Amino acid sequence: MTKILVIAEHLGGKLNGSTARAVSAAAAVKPDAIDVIVLSDAPDAVAAEAAKIDGVSKVLTIARAENAHSLAAVYAPQIVKVASGYTHVFVPSTTFGKDLAPRVAALLGVSQVSDVMSVEGPHTFKRPIYAGNAIVTVEVDATSTVVATIRTASWAAAASNGSAPVEPLNVEPLLPSHTRFVNLQQGKSDRPDLQGAPKVVSGGRGVGSKENFEIVYKFADKIGAAVGASRAAVDAGYVPNELQVGQTGKIIAPELYIAVGISGAIQHLTGIKDAGTIVAINKDGEAPIFEIADIGLVGDLFKILPELEAAIG
Amino acid sequence: MKILVGYKRVVDYNVRIQVKPDGTGVVTDGVKLSANPFDDIALEEALRLRERGVAEEVVVVGIGPADLTAHLRNGLAMGANRAIHVQTADAVSPLTAARTFLKLVEKEQPGLVILGKQAIDDDANQTGQMLAALWDRPQATFASKVEIADGKATVTREVDAGLETIEAELPVVITTDLRLNEPRFIKLPDIMKAKSKPIDVIELGSLGVDVADHIKTIHYAAPPKRSKGVMVKDAAELVTALKQKGLL
Repeated sequence: MTKILVIAEHLGGKLNGSTARAVSAAAAVKPDAIDVIVLSDAPDAVAAEAAKIDGVSKVLTIARAENAHSLAAVYAPQIVKVASGYTHVFVPSTTFGKDLAPRVAALLGVSQVSDVMSVEGPHTFKRPIYAGNAIVTVEVDATSTVVATIRTASWAAAASNGSAPVEPLNVEPLLPSHTRFVNLQQGKSDRPDLQGAPKVVSGGRGVGSKENFEIVYKFADKIGAAVGASRAAVDAGYVPNELQVGQTGKIIAPELYIAVGISGAIQHLTGIKDAGTIVAINKDGEAPIFEIADIGLVGDLFKILPELEAAIG
Repeated sequence: MKILVGYKRVVDYNVRIQVKPDGTGVVTDGVKLSANPFDDIALEEALRLRERGVAEEVVVVGIGPADLTAHLRNGLAMGANRAIHVQTADAVSPLTAARTFLKLVEKEQPGLVILGKQAIDDDANQTGQMLAALWDRPQATFASKVEIADGKATVTREVDAGLETIEAELPVVITTDLRLNEPRFIKLPDIMKAKSKPIDVIELGSLGVDVADHIKTIHYAAPPKRSKGVMVKDAAELVTALKQKGLL
């Protein structure tokens, strides 16, 4: 029996879209069951959303006050208790999953497969290494539990037509109190979420300043796109860290990616390779971004972006 | 307080890696090797904590073959007090690395272990979290700010939603993100000084670590290439091209 436990990611009472992507990866294993587990102080709303994901057999919930924030040290012992009934544990490869999954794997005494981009068999997976410059096929010993993080950009979200049952669990391992949540500073934005948006406009060092970044936001709003940035732009303080796209930031796969004033270091390119269409706008015609762009335009972004807005009408 | 720092040697981040034609690995012969950039950040943070009087001793730890010594000397030249070289000729998985660190932690009793959030070769992003689990201590991953006071670490973490701050009782495992600090450059006199700093060499086999790896890499391939695109000459042409693709 192949049974997969998918750990739901959620924030503020809402299920994160990465969960449905992890379910897609789980479905590719062709298992006998896919159960989603929601850990929260109040899991009901999130569990109801998770229950709709196609392919989910049931949704398990653990409601405890300690689960109000997703602390890996608190979540992991609970997941380990539940994981004994499963052959696979899948977690989205977001900062939530990257923090949590290795802690679960170590407690289970197994290695982890990070960033699964394709499923070749129940124990065989492909994953990127060297910032995506090589793809390895790895095989997990058939007798070990597979703990894997799922590279969200490689998987479309499973649809939401299902109606799986929700089952509350009582697992009561001793939870540590050595780690406490203090606060979360969240960028307030009405723009689409960078990780799920079909269109993304990203700015780089070429944008030049925090003030100048307004032109990127303005253009993104014009076409209904999310806003991203290169590491250089984040390091320079033009935009907050959660906008960073690349090897160590967010890996995204929008239908349309427009890179503005981004030269295209390999660490950035690895974050956007799965995009449908990549457009590069840069004043340097030799910039490496043009090597992978589907459509390139050499020129001054401060002139081109307003022209684009006018041309779109 | 003592701080242990993980100091891994990897293919330099500027090298464009090539996959061997037979799919058995990547070409590393004659390729420039450097400290994992996140580990340089980890070491820098440890040094700053020592300079602020929070820690007395910074120990860099490397796991790898005999020739890792030169790399560890760089860590000593940057300012670490001493180094531990866990010697093995075999490739080491994150779980084995975490189990190895656990042995060292039991012996050294550090207040902090600082590791890079990921190594830029295998991009696994696991060792710190695994060590914290095995050690049954807090983890503060993807750190962009670290404050140590009153037996606690207050750490700001770069997460997808923004910046999360957590508080954890020492000892703690911290993994570094890019914006925690800017590592210092090594100065020539420090390279000379580093030559007299101690490096303890321990055979991995002597630590009694379970090195079983139940994940096997069976094939390496180059990533699929994106086909060469087209250049347009102005904004109007770009809009037309995007409209044709149904993207605008």
